[in-house]
Amino acid sequence: MTSLPAVSTPKKLGLVIDLDTCVGCHACVVSCKEWNTGGYGSALSDQDPYGPDVSGAWLNRVHAFEVTPSREGGELVAEAGEARIVHFPKSCLHCDDAPCVTVCPTGASYKRAEDGIVLVDEDKCIGCGLCAWSCPYGAREMDVAAGVMKKCTLCVDRIYNETFEEVDRVPSCVRTCPANARHFGDLADPSSDVSKLVAERGGFDLMPEQGTRPTNKYLPPRPRKMLADSAPPPSVDTSGATGFFGWLDQMLERI
Amino acid sequence: MPAEPKLALSKPIGDSVKKTTCYMCACRCGINVHLKDGKIRYIEGNRDHPVNKGVLCAKGSAGIMQHYAPARLSSPLLRTGPRGSGEFKKISWDEALALASEWLGKIRHDDPKRLAFFTGRDQSQSLTGFWAQQFGTPNYAAHGGFCSVNMAAAGISTIGGAFWEFGAPDWDRTKLFILFGVAEDHDSNPLKMGIGKIKKNGARFVSVNPIRTGYSAVADNWLGIRPGTDGLLILSLIHCLLKARQIDVDYLVRYTNAGWLVIDAPGTSEHGLFARNADKNPLIFDTSSQSLVASGAKSARPALNGRFTLEDGRAVVPSFQLLAERYLSEDYAPENVAAETGLDPQSIHGLAAEIGRTAFEEAIEIKQSWTDMHGETHETYVGRPVSFHAMRGISAHSNGFQTARALHLLQVLIGAIDCPGGFRFEPPYPKPLEAHPTPHGRAEHFGSNKPLSGPHLGFPRGPEDLLIDADGNPTRLDKAFSWEAPIAAHGLMHMVIANAHAGDPYKIDTLFLYMANMAWNSSMNTAGTIKMLEDKDEATGEYKIPRIIYSDAYSSEMVAYADLVLPDTTYLERYDCISLLDRPISEPDCVNDAIRWPVLEPDRDVRAFQSVIIDLGTRLKLPGFVDSRGKGLYADYADYIVNHERRPGIGPLAGFRGSKGDKSGRGAANKDQLKRYIENGAFFSAHIPMEAQFFKHANRDYQDFAVKMGFFDQPQPVTFQLYQENLQKFRLSAEGLREPVTPEIYRTRIAAAFDPLPFWYRPLEEQAVSRETYPYHALTQRPAAMYHSWGSMNAWLRQIHTKAPLYVPGAICDEVGLKTGDWAWVISHHGRIKVEISRMEAVNRDTMWTWNAIGKRSGAWSLDKNVPEAEQGFLLNHLIHELLPPKGDGRRWSNSDPITGQAAWYDLRVRIEKAEPDTESQPHLPEMKNISDNPVPDELRYGEEWAK
Repeated sequence: MTSLPAVSTPKKLGLVIDLDTCVGCHACVVSCKEWNTGGYGSALSDQDPYGPDVSGAWLNRVHAFEVTPSREGGELVAEAGEARIVHFPKSCLHCDDAPCVTVCPTGASYKRAEDGIVLVDEDKCIGCGLCAWSCPYGAREMDVAAGVMKKCTLCVDRIYNETFEEVDRVPSCVRTCPANARHFGDLADPSSDVSKLVAERGGFDLMPEQGTRPTNKYLPPRPRKMLADSAPPPSVDTSGATGFFGWLDQMLERI
Repeated sequence: MPAEPKLALSKPIGDSVKKTTCYMCACRCGINVHLKDGKIRYIEGNRDHPVNKGVLCAKGSAGIMQHYAPARLSSPLLRTGPRGSGEFKKISWDEALALASEWLGKIRHDDPKRLAFFTGRDQSQSLTGFWAQQFGTPNYAAHGGFCSVNMAAAGISTIGGAFWEFGAPDWDRTKLFILFGVAEDHDSNPLKMGIGKIKKNGARFVSVNPIRTGYSAVADNWLGIRPGTDGLLILSLIHCLLKARQIDVDYLVRYTNAGWLVIDAPGTSEHGLFARNADKNPLIFDTSSQSLVASGAKSARPALNGRFTLEDGRAVVPSFQLLAERYLSEDYAPENVAAETGLDPQSIHGLAAEIGRTAFEEAIEIKQSWTDMHGETHETYVGRPVSFHAMRGISAHSNGFQTARALHLLQVLIGAIDCPGGFRFEPPYPKPLEAHPTPHGRAEHFGSNKPLSGPHLGFPRGPEDLLIDADGNPTRLDKAFSWEAPIAAHGLMHMVIANAHAGDPYKIDTLFLYMANMAWNSSMNTAGTIKMLEDKDEATGEYKIPRIIYSDAYSSEMVAYADLVLPDTTYLERYDCISLLDRPISEPDCVNDAIRWPVLEPDRDVRAFQSVIIDLGTRLKLPGFVDSRGKGLYADYADYIVNHERRPGIGPLAGFRGSKGDKSGRGAANKDQLKRYIENGAFFSAHIPMEAQFFKHANRDYQDFAVKMGFFDQPQPVTFQLYQENLQKFRLSAEGLREPVTPEIYRTRIAAAFDPLPFWYRPLEEQAVSRETYPYHALTQRPAAMYHSWGSMNAWLRQIHTKAPLYVPGAICDEVGLKTGDWAWVISHHGRIKVEISRMEAVNRDTMWTWNAIGKRSGAWSLDKNVPEAEQGFLLNHLIHELLPPKGDGRRWSNSDPITGQAAWYDLRVRIEKAEPDTESQPHLPEMKNISDNPVPDELRYGEEWAK
């Protein structure tokens, strides 16, 4: 078994993902793959890449769910009774109480004391898969070729990279997101942009009942106003074109 | 606790970074290609680039797998077996080019129209069009006819520009954004960036779309409209706004033809045309002087209603009166369009109210003085912050031209064109219809060994500009600009193979195609099209389409049907130019163009198609490609990009011109131009001065800027054409009142469709088939992570879209007894397909749909023969015919918009029946031979050599 940092990490680096803005385009998914297949640890392999059973290791995936809010209210993701698709990007949430760390028999899975990032030391990983089994979010994927567990590193080899300009020291998924639905920062610092965003928008934990205390937060869809509520009261004006042209002449006088 | 491992956190990305332009879709974003050990390490968006400002979509990031895909072709190929067999022999480029120039040279000498040259995902139409013109065939177009010509033609003729490449919403200032018929692309990154901005700014986002995925999923409001009825919704919104008096009268008077007087003389050859003075200028009735004066006079105050008399005694009325009378009719009341559109009338009222409220109660003003075309100075820009964007959802219907016209009418009526917060033009647009050429291709326009006398494509001003012979028959193979499709501004690529096969209007010798997968997803009636490509003349044993030359970078389904294959490079191995002469990438506040350049050298015997046609042009000694002694003018495309001039000082690229590279727009060729582009990140951008940024159609500062940049040689302001006179000219011909008179067979159709004011009619297929037998609609949407068929050879993208079921509305599932995972037959008037279905609620109740072109033919694209794309994948194309069902008049009409010839992909009507469970979709075409000879790996570990 592996220990989590004894004291709360001074920084909690993580992502804030805006479900009101994510259009499910998969830009983050592929950018993550291309960065990380040549970055930290072994490559993210793909099996049978041109065949019938194609599969590969990805650190970030977008799931799509269809939801239909009840007419009695409740979820504010759409007008009552109207179904919509929710695009739900999911990667490691860098939990404070990360079960994937404590379950690891070799110490490969660990949470960095400095910034809270959960990583796998591939030299120690025996590919037993216990961590993936323990993760309630399904956020870890075994690399079949390397036989080691892969997971989001929060692009640890980008965010501290001194060869980069400051502006690029963010995870690849955040840098690429066309809709600006992904935000990166220190969620331990209440004055950080991400913490403020979470406070303003009611950011929430994914499956809090699991007790994992995830660092990543999701922003819910903003409340919506129905178009029908903007409809004017029924008009009694039946003057048709004649009345209209009278008004038009008045308008022309004013120009 | 053991010490944490030490990590190498500051490794440089790669050895070098090369900035170029993406080609994974048509968005044309700037990319930084990081290279390591001669391989691509990472592709990211270029932060400095005006199109994408650093972001990049899934396709763009997957460029690595596109570049290294095993499906790449590696050598010129000459067919050795029957068409479709996939049997080819490799030949050298010398042999390939000698053969092509022998075939083409003979055609050019004997009968140039026997070459049909059509390009698909071509981003070099300025070159391909010029080449075809110099060759002298009338038969050239790119793919716009089966993409979005309705949008382009309606926009250009109404406001002098259209959506996407011609303009964009003012994302930073808009307060209400309404998106019509846009799936997850078109245009990819700017739209997503824009949606991100409006969400952040708290603006309202309304999506009108039968399907609620992608962009529509995050819209504040979704109107799940019935396909093909958008025009009716828009006209209903216009009705509500007129009734609520929420129109911008000052804007109409200043910028539109609202006051132009329309002749009311039924039964005469000028009925419905504008009354004009001796100088051909349209007349208005000036309420100040109480007299008829030419429009455009500085102090004139045009009447917008009333009935006046010309000197010759004929009655005239302002065009706006006709407009207002039409749309104030209760026919357009929300309650009366609700059933047809499938929308709730209260929501239509609500949307109209939001448009009116936002436009007039939340108007914005930017303090900036500017001068209009009359020399009048304004202290502010007043903006109506309501913006729209639309694409194929309204365009790919047979009523799409009039629907797109209706949408522009709505924008103009509320004064929301090129104002702060509205829709803004992107240079070189706006450009009035009159500044576009007329089409060329009549018999007198071409001949043996000579160029076509002008550009192929353009805008007919009236029936007199049609490309027809003395009997009224088409002179182009695709029948563009004939009575069948008079304003076919982008040609009709979807009719080329069918017409060439039928020899209607004539036979051809060679079909020359570039990047167009016509043997698969780019054709209607795919199986029928394949038969046409394979069909032989019984008498001679020759193919009915005798020769096919095809250029593609990958082993697409079409390659197997070519006689001669000219393998193209990938987008990272070539020069290209994203030119203002072509499909521009400007933004509303800056003029942009860009290049691609070889950031990697090809490792195969392939050549960039553009360099190949320049080589062919030289071999054929085409004017414009050789000098007076017959010596080639350009070594390759890069040389052409730098040195070709379309007009003196105007070339493919606007940036870094002049001998010192300090001229923009106009200037002498600069031998270092490409170097300067590369140093600048592969693009050029010129800021438009603030006093020129809005009301460009009537802004003197902008017009002067446009002349300085070389878009025009003199100012070309645009008067928005609410009432469109050129359409009325076609009607008069159809009524037999005006020369050339429409042949009898076309009269009803032309008279009905060519209404000078937008109107709505049921799409033609819906009119032609029984609504009871085929009660539903079936559509495709292009996903965000796959572009057309370009993607299944990409090992990463195909993992995102390996399978695509047919999504069927819950109500239909319940009616037919279907549940997710069941199989069903989907049946149209033309064919039947057997597919796996998935239940869905977030969709119009009459509409089923699937992701576009995920289905692949077994054996193509270097995929294993039994991949899901081939086993369970399918195409709706098998249900769509290029012709409408027979209607008993002895002829088959093209499945196209009657005005523009736009392919009516989205008119498809179907029924659905439960089928036995299966593992393979139907029809399942026979397996193809893989034409690419690259090894296909069982496993990829891309970048493993860089792992620590």
